[in-house]
This record gives sequence, structure tokens and C-alpha cells, in this order.
Amino acid sequence: MRISLFIPCFVDQLYPNVAWSCVRVLENLGHEVLFPESQSCCGQPPFNSGYWDESRSAARVTMKAFKDADVVVGPSGSCVTMIKVFYPDLFKGEPDELEARELAAKTHEFSSFLVNVLGVTDVGAKFDGKVTFHDGCHGLRELGIKSEPRALLANVKGLELIEMCEAETCCGFGGTFAVKYAPISTAMDEVKCASILETGADTVVSNDSSCLMQIRGMLEKEKSTVRSLHLAEILASK
Amino acid sequence: MATQSADFQTLSRRYTADKGFRAFIQKGMSGYYKKRDLNKANFQDWQGARDLAAEIKYEAINHLDKYLLEFEAKITARGAKVFWAQNAESARDYILKVAEENNVRSIIKSKTMTSEEIHLNDALEKRGFGVFESDLGEYIVQLRKEPPFHLVFPAMHLTRGQISDLFQKELGSEPTDEPEKLTMIARAVMRRKYCEADMGISGTNFAVAETGMISITENEGNARLTTSLPKIHVALLGIEKVLPKLEDLSLFLPMLATAGAGQTMTCYNTMYAGPRQPGEPDGPEQLHIVLLDNRRTELLADAEQRDSLGCIRCGACLNVCPIFKNVGGYSYGTTYGGPIGSVITPHLRGLKNWKHLSAASSLCGACTEACPVKIDLHHHLLQNRRNGAKSSPNPLEKVSFGGFSLLMGHPALYRLASGLGRIFQPLQGLVNGTILDPLRAWTGSRKFPTLAPQSFQEQWKKDRGGKK
Amino acid sequence: MTGGRAIILGRIREALRNNPAPRPHTSHSQSEAAADHNGHAQREWLPKVGETLPERIDLFAKISEGLTTEFHRVPTMSAARDLLTKLAAESGWKKIGSHSHHDVDALLEGVELPIVRTEKGYAIDNLESCDAGITGCDVLVAQTGGIMVSVESAGGRALSVLPPHHVVIARTSQMVPDLTAAFEHVKQKYGKQFPSFLSFITGPSRTGDIERILVLGAHGPKRLTVILLDS
Repeated sequence: MRISLFIPCFVDQLYPNVAWSCVRVLENLGHEVLFPESQSCCGQPPFNSGYWDESRSAARVTMKAFKDADVVVGPSGSCVTMIKVFYPDLFKGEPDELEARELAAKTHEFSSFLVNVLGVTDVGAKFDGKVTFHDGCHGLRELGIKSEPRALLANVKGLELIEMCEAETCCGFGGTFAVKYAPISTAMDEVKCASILETGADTVVSNDSSCLMQIRGMLEKEKSTVRSLHLAEILASK
Repeated sequence: MATQSADFQTLSRRYTADKGFRAFIQKGMSGYYKKRDLNKANFQDWQGARDLAAEIKYEAINHLDKYLLEFEAKITARGAKVFWAQNAESARDYILKVAEENNVRSIIKSKTMTSEEIHLNDALEKRGFGVFESDLGEYIVQLRKEPPFHLVFPAMHLTRGQISDLFQKELGSEPTDEPEKLTMIARAVMRRKYCEADMGISGTNFAVAETGMISITENEGNARLTTSLPKIHVALLGIEKVLPKLEDLSLFLPMLATAGAGQTMTCYNTMYAGPRQPGEPDGPEQLHIVLLDNRRTELLADAEQRDSLGCIRCGACLNVCPIFKNVGGYSYGTTYGGPIGSVITPHLRGLKNWKHLSAASSLCGACTEACPVKIDLHHHLLQNRRNGAKSSPNPLEKVSFGGFSLLMGHPALYRLASGLGRIFQPLQGLVNGTILDPLRAWTGSRKFPTLAPQSFQEQWKKDRGGKK
Repeated sequence: MTGGRAIILGRIREALRNNPAPRPHTSHSQSEAAADHNGHAQREWLPKVGETLPERIDLFAKISEGLTTEFHRVPTMSAARDLLTKLAAESGWKKIGSHSHHDVDALLEGVELPIVRTEKGYAIDNLESCDAGITGCDVLVAQTGGIMVSVESAGGRALSVLPPHHVVIARTSQMVPDLTAAFEHVKQKYGKQFPSFLSFITGPSRTGDIERILVLGAHGPKRLTVILLDS
């Protein structure tokens, strides 16, 4: 399959290894990976803040970049939600509504694509460690992804998954919310990190790098030894 | 900045700084989660029940005039009086008039958020009526001169010690740390009030058009006593609470109990079809239904968010909301707190002063998932943000997102900025967490990630050459 | 005082006119719009109830236990009387409330305590000082462990809630599967002449308002006893 990779802007800038991990996993499964270089940002920050006109101009770049793609895969439940769930709302009644709907239909979150489209749950990965999984809210509640990452983790050799009590509780990121309402965001982050530490896991894994940035930010500040890794990085480990 | 918004910032900062308080609220919720999950699992299909509940509410709200008229005709035929109140003032005036015309002295109330909405107690007390809240939690917060902390659990923010001190001070009771003894102190006080009161004021959970009934859900028995003993019963009823059929209650009563308190059924679910009828031994001589609009019709006119009128005030969205659990009920400054309050308050009290509540959310969607009638709560928060940005844009945000849209709308600019970002990254290290740091609100409690030496785009280009 | 009836109705109609709301997102296909539902659609989703009467009685007994409703099944009225005599003695009842009702009257035969009867009206303080209220009921609801009472079956509004102990006598023929059946029963029994008061009582009065800790007997009865007599 020819798979076009959608790399959200902050993954591009901060976590290129997450993007490379996706490339490796997909190529190892025998697929061709394309990266349309004209992509920038899905437009979620202005969208979430209510500035839909401004959001549309970023979104149009994304739509153009993937116009000819067969299938689009991205390693972020949140940014994929923007395309899959919110583009149809954002472009409702606009001349490019149809294009938005077409892109929404062919775009998939990474773990969901592996399990539900490719039918793969074992990618032949190996990772020694105790891992706990954080469900990113957008992936979980907008896209309904819950079992997919767990099915993939279950087949990683050497990995032990320990569920945390607050797996489905928001980490408190929420984009500009984290800056506008920092005390609330911090409180939520504290609840999340306490739940992670309670499991005794040495690594926290998620399918969303934005949540991991929020979680890692606090764990590092508190000098915790718990590492944070994107699911793709685990699946690319040998 | 609107004062409501500044107050929210101040209060949420104060409450989130109190870790003991947050842990206390969290602990209070933990038993609820367990019981709620057990009861949900007992349904053959909780999701199917939610779908049906949403469909029934859709039908009712979208034919509101028809069902209200049917309800009015049926309950009026049974001797009740229905008063249509456009706003809080007209509702208060009517109730005052009924009280004065009937020489009422003492008023007993059962829990009603609608009366909080119209500030009824203040108005009654100012005219010299003694008003007593009979629901235990409401009685406690009334003694403290506070509004309810939560739609369903009004005093959940207080410890038994605080309640014991309160009772000692206000009622002269002996101190105790046993919730049972505290409950019995309130029970004894309230028994006299029921027997003496000449007017009972209640809320209403559902009105049934088909049979002309109002339905009241409670656990303590206080609403039943409030509606049995005094000679006048006044029931406050938001116009949105009407259901088409009596059998609809067989879905809504168990769902309200499960979502609201983790119960199979709430202890008392009572349907009243008018005041005491000829030949009946007890019950009020008069039943007044105060049907309240108070800008609910504004919400009705917003088709996009109309489903939020389906709210049954179960509080499930508050109970799962990570914002509510960390900032508590008083930070909101609204009658209806939590996600549902953040959605509807801008409609009921004005978008300009209340849009900040829609911004104060990570949009996690736990509320929408919990809502038994499937109100699209977190998406309505997004719509309120959009409406707010359109009607009164924040100049700084407008400029920033204008810049953002320019940058992201032009891939070449994005690549240029990505390079510049790497040049300026060391500066972030210098200002990190200081007053010069634009992200200091976030970095105050967290370590900001460093930019990768090269973006993925650049690496890909180098590694894969011209391959697109 | 004139209300805003015409204005509010006008605003409602204006809000709804040519302004359709999006239909709710539903994962299940509900066959018809709710307006046309036959009142039984909820049975597909609500908790399961057994098919046979013994299963339903067992379910009612099981839920009662969780609610701390004291549930007793007795074979005969005389066994019911023995049970009541025992309850009265153990609890030290000095005065009880009751009402004119076939099974209640039979249950109280031979009881020598003072009885406040409510059917023709009563003094509130006199009923308030009773140690127990003895009533009949309309139906028992297996699905919820609930007891449906009305003005007629429970001697008015207060008898079943004011005294601190509520005792209900019912027959096995009064057991219905669920709330829907209870409402059907009401419609059949009363036609359009509903009593002004109908209530589902599901366990003794309770509160969790102090630190979410369960306390029984908040304002209503601390104890609820159901005596189920084989029909």
C-alpha cells in the first residue's frame, strides 16, 4: 500500500524520532511510505480557540498536500481527529466541503490503521520494560480507539503492560488551555502523573505526542526516572 | 477582562492550589464511580438506553409548544394552576403573591436548582417569610449562607467536622464526628418545620404531557413531606422538562438514578397529578406550577445546541469532569456548574461575560461520554468559543492566529520559521519560567521540550532526497 | 397576575420555526421516532427481569437486600400477622398509623395498639408521633425492588413517609416485571381518574450528603418492611 504520512507540526519540530518510527514500522510491513513535504499544521490551535477562518487557511494547506494520497496516516489521535471529525464541521457549507470529507474518510490514526485497516497486531517488536498506557482523549473519545494500542502492545516481546487507574483521565494539555488556565492544567497533570507513578511502570506510552509532552514536562521537572515514549517508538524497537 | 472571567481565574487558582481539598473531592467521587459502573453494567445495553433517551428528548424539545399545552390542559383540569413566567422576576413575584394572599408564614423547600437560578430564597426572606431548605445538603449550605457546591451533592465540599461545628454554632447541638448523628440532628429540626409550614416549594424533574403529572426524584423523603403536609404546594418547572408519555419515565427514572448517584432507582420517585382531589385524605389544597422560561427559549433558538435543553440535571458530567474535580463548584460562579453549566450559562446569562467557561476546558469529552441523554457537551464548548471569537474577538488572539494562519497557510514560510526557531531555541533556555517567557504559565510547573536539532521534514529531505 | 403565556409560546414557536436541530447521533438504529414509540422500546435496554414469577420474586428479594429493605415472604395471612406482632414487640411500637384497605385491615386484626387511621383525614402531629405506618400498595416492581403506592393503596400521601418505619403488605399477584408494567397497571386501574399522588418507594429513606457516606432515615422511614403474601 502507498501510505502518505501526516506528521503534525509539533512532532515535526520536537519529536522527529516518532515520525521515523512510523516510517520504519510501515516499511517493515512492506508498505511504501510517502511524505508530502508541503504539509504544515492541521489548524487545530485556532480551531480550538474559536478562530475558524484562521483555522481554515491552515487546513486548506493540509487538504492540498494530501489531495492525491491513497491513504493518510498520522501518529496523533488529536491531529487526526482534527481532520477526521472537525474538518467536516469546519468546512460545512464552504466550497471545499467535499474535499474535506474525502480527506476525513481516508485519514487514520497510526494504531487504528495498523489494527483495523492492515489487520496487523504483531509488528515483531521487542521492548524490555514495564509500560503503562495513557489514552489520549481525542483518540479515545472522538475516534473510539481503546483496544488497538493494547492489542499492539500485547504482542511486543519483553513488554509488560500495567494499566493505571486514571488511564482515561485527561492529562490536562488541551492546547492553548494549558497556557490560559495553567493552574488547572497543572492540577490535571499532577493527577495523571501520580496515577502513572502508582503503577510502578518504568515507561509511559501513548499514541499522542502532545499528551506525552505535557506528561513528560512534569515528570522531568519532578526528576522522575519514568520515561515517556510514543507507541510508534515502542513498535519500532527491536 | 470581564470580572466573571477574572473571578474564575482567581478562584480556580485558589482551589487547585489546595491539594487536600482536591483529594477530598476525588475521594467523595470514588464510591460513586464504582456504584455507577455496576448499575450501568446491569442494563442490557446502556448505550441503547442513551440513544432512546436522546430520541425522546429530541422529540419533546422539538415539539415543546405542543407538549407544554397538553401538560397544561391536563394538570389544569385536575385543579392545578399553571403560571408562565418569562423571567426570574416574574416567577418570584408570582410566588410572593401566592404566599401573601394565603397568609403564609413558614415555607419549607425541597431541593430545587431552579429556585437557585431565580434567587427565590432571598426574595422570600426579604419579605419576612421564614424559608427552610429540607434536603440535608441544602440545609447545611443554607446555614452556611452558601449556594450549593454541586447540582446533586450540595455539601460535598464539607467535612463532617465542619458540619458538626456548624450545627453546634447554629443549632446548639453536641459535637460529633458521626455522619449518622449529624443527619439525625437535622432530621429532628426539620420534622417540626414540615408540621408547621403552610407552603412547600419543590422543583420538578420531569413533567408528563400525556397524563398531566409532575415527577420528583429524591432519596431523603423530604420532597414527599414538603408536598404532603403544607396546604400549598408550589412547583418550579423549567419549560424544557416535559416528556411526551408516562411510560417515558420508565426509562428516565432508572437512568437518572444510575447516572446521577450510581443507584438502581432513587429512593422516592413521585408523580403528582394535581393538588389533593375530592375524597383524598391529605395533600395540599393548592398546587401552583411555575413554568419558567428565563431565556431557555434563547437556547431553543440555537438549533446547534438545542439538545442541551434535554439535560436532566443528573450531574454525571460534573462527576467525571477533570476541571470540576480540580476547581470545585464555587469557581464557576454560576447556578449550574461543570460542563453543562459552561455550555448553557452563556445562553442564559450572556456570552460576553460567560464565554471564559467554555475556554476553561481541555475538551477531553468525558462529559459527553457520561451524559445519559447524549448532549454533545464538549463540542458545544467549541461552538461557544467560535461564537465568542466572532462576536467579541480577543485582539491578542486575533493577531496571533492571524500570524499563525499566515505561517501555516504557506508551507515555505513554515519551513523558514522552523529554521529560525532552531536559531532562537537557546533563548528559551535563558528565559524559561521567567517573566520574559511567553509560555511561563506552562513552564512554571513543567519542563519545556527542546526542539530537535533538525525537523523531520529536513531529515526526510536529506535522507530520502526528492522522493515525495 | 397575568403570566407570559402568549409571549413564551410565541418565543418557542419562533425558535423552532424553520430551524431544525441536528438529530442525535445514535449508535443503534431506533426503529421509529420517539413520538411513535409504543412505550416498550426501553425494555430492550433496561436491566433484565426473569420470565417467571418465582424468578421475579427472587430478583425483588435480591435487590431488597442491597437496599436494606426487609423482605419477608409468608404463606398465609396468619403468618403475616405473627410477623407483625413480632415486629411490634421487638421495636416497642406504642402507636401505629394505618388506613382502610382489605389486606391492611386483615393484617391488623387483633392488634391492640392505638391506631391512627388516615383515610378520613388526621392531625399531622398525631401521625408524626406514630412508630410505624402500615399500608398496602399498587404493585411491586421486580426490576428495581420498588413498591408503587398511591393515595388509595397507601392511605394518602404522608402515611408511607412520615412514621419512622413503613410496613407494606402485598400479594404475589401484585408483582410486576418493570416500571413500564407498573404504569400500564395504573392506566388500567384508574383510567383518566388518576390519584393525585403516585410514588415508587425503593428502599428506606437515605442520604449521602455528608462525605458521601450512606445514612438511612434522612427524613422518611429508617426502616422499610415488605411482607409478601402468597396469593
